[in-house]
Amino acid sequence: MHYKSLAIEDPSELIFGISPKPVLTRSGMVIGGGTVYPELNFTLPPMKIDAGTMPEVRHNYEQIIAGAMRRAAELDAPGVVIEFETLPPMTEHPAWGLEIAKILLEGMQQEACRSGLKSVLRMTPNDNREFERPPLMRRGRYWEAMLELFESSAAAGAELLSIESVGGKELHDEALVNGDLAGSLFSLCILGERDMRFLWTNLQAIADKHGVKCAGDTACGFGNTAMVLAEQKMIPRVFAAVVRAITAVRSLVAYECGAVGPGKDCGYENPILKAITGYPMAMEGKTSACAHLSPMGNLAAACCDTWSNESVQNIKLLGGMAPTCYMEQLVYDCRLMNIARSHGKESAQQLQRWLVESDAALDPQAFILTPESSVALARVIVNSDSHYHAGVAAARKAVELLREAHSQGKLHIEPKEVAWFDSMQDDLDELPESESEFIGRQLALADRSRFLPQEYELKG
Amino acid sequence: MNEQHPLTQAVVDGRRKEVGALVAQCLEAGESAGSILENRLVPGMMIVGERFKQNEIFVPEMLVAARAMKEALKVLEPLLLVAGVKPEHTAVIGTVEGDLHDIGKNLVAMMWKGANIEVIDLGVNVPAAKFVESVKQHKPQLVGLSALLTTTMPAMRDTVKAIRDEGLSVKIMIGGAPITREFAREIGADGYSPDAGSAVDTAIELLQATA
Repeated sequence: MHYKSLAIEDPSELIFGISPKPVLTRSGMVIGGGTVYPELNFTLPPMKIDAGTMPEVRHNYEQIIAGAMRRAAELDAPGVVIEFETLPPMTEHPAWGLEIAKILLEGMQQEACRSGLKSVLRMTPNDNREFERPPLMRRGRYWEAMLELFESSAAAGAELLSIESVGGKELHDEALVNGDLAGSLFSLCILGERDMRFLWTNLQAIADKHGVKCAGDTACGFGNTAMVLAEQKMIPRVFAAVVRAITAVRSLVAYECGAVGPGKDCGYENPILKAITGYPMAMEGKTSACAHLSPMGNLAAACCDTWSNESVQNIKLLGGMAPTCYMEQLVYDCRLMNIARSHGKESAQQLQRWLVESDAALDPQAFILTPESSVALARVIVNSDSHYHAGVAAARKAVELLREAHSQGKLHIEPKEVAWFDSMQDDLDELPESESEFIGRQLALADRSRFLPQEYELKG
Repeated sequence: MNEQHPLTQAVVDGRRKEVGALVAQCLEAGESAGSILENRLVPGMMIVGERFKQNEIFVPEMLVAARAMKEALKVLEPLLLVAGVKPEHTAVIGTVEGDLHDIGKNLVAMMWKGANIEVIDLGVNVPAAKFVESVKQHKPQLVGLSALLTTTMPAMRDTVKAIRDEGLSVKIMIGGAPITREFAREIGADGYSPDAGSAVDTAIELLQATA
């Protein structure tokens, strides 16, 4: 493993607003330097995106950025991160994505001139590679268009590069609905690790060329899919929590390739990554219920450096347009954390404990991401000698932490979920020690119509 | 709890390795393949579907049962073919154009199969024209459309319109995170299901209405 020790050993230091390696933006924001910043993300209302509707698309984004930036300035936000997570047609046609990125940058610049509000744009082209089935991960028009959008938006001034990459997802969905831990490990720590390394090496080259930063990835399509399926009672919460622990191994690869944070908001595994890397992290929780539900609305804020709403449609609410309303909510959430910090370390740690304790005992996903659990998981990951072994070690540790917390009465787990501890442990015990043996076993089981082994440097 | 036929119970429990022998026993006892399917296997999957709907079990447990049923069907299918027994209903399902999400769609397809509906799964990112072509080819009684993005909801509207414009007589039901009953009504769909668990009930209601 690239990281062999932890940047943060003490769980009480795994806290909001402070990171050992802060990120300085061109506008002078220091993310992880003592201030938590709001990070706003938004999407279009129900509408088609094509050449004919682009004027309306442009109008939506002009409206979003003007309203949200004005409100942030009115509320004296210390600075804001704006995330532009594109929609598939905007990555497929990079000129459209670039046009919107420029609209946002212009809106941010206008507010900077008007009020002095600092801001930075996180550019998150969506990963269209899976439009091809089975996906071509390293070539083809979707790959080319995605890189073109990264490159052109970095040249235009988007300073933070992120993505919700999909390498390995073509097998992971199946693993989730089957409760298949080995399948999850194969997707995340074998396929995912290889794709992440290829993808982020390319993104780092773009970042270096344009003097911008690779911020980080997220295992959203893996860990959040599991979390939401568990919320919908489709899969056990304990299983989703163990999958979350494994996702950290996949997301870590971006940092191994040069990313410096802030990690992407929907990476709920980010506390583990912050403990390992020391880089600042975006997080989302209660203020992202507009996008999806989660069992850790408060706890997620415990170690955030930017605080996000995940995504909200540009629709009218009673208070105003939704992105403007959500900017306000984020600013107030951040104010509370920043005022706690201004009262000193003890106050900040008190708030951190309250954020953690309000959620941790009620759900395994929350419990697995407490500062204590995160540091424990981070430790077994850096002590491993490969990503496969790190994934297995994280899963084992997660089962151990959850089982122990349940037996000590520290964590509520529904009776019908308890039997899953034994079945997950059995699955882990049956895994081969040798990575090549594991790969051979999983390749024999994998549905070849869904993925191309050669796209992951594997021999079919 | 009512005592079930051993084959039904084996499906419910997901005892895949045992169902082949139990099917053979039923056949030896003189039961027809059609009867075994209708009276032993489908009831098993209906029990499992109901348990899932009541939050008593999870999807992985339901899939274990589905695999047991599949194993039984391997034995029965040649006999059903000879006897000319076909599922009473056929459905076409897919995620609409521009949308790649398929977990919800796959679960609905699996549950429909469990209810003995023949399912033609068109996959994800399916253009309206492909749905139309498939309806013409397979002549289903039901079409299921899935979408997870707000920006692909218009593709759902286009698909419903394309099917209607062709004058094809088929019930259409829709679902997905941003979808509402109101939207279903607005675009002229016949039914809406808020989750995979209730998709079987909605489908059966629609199919019974067509009978």
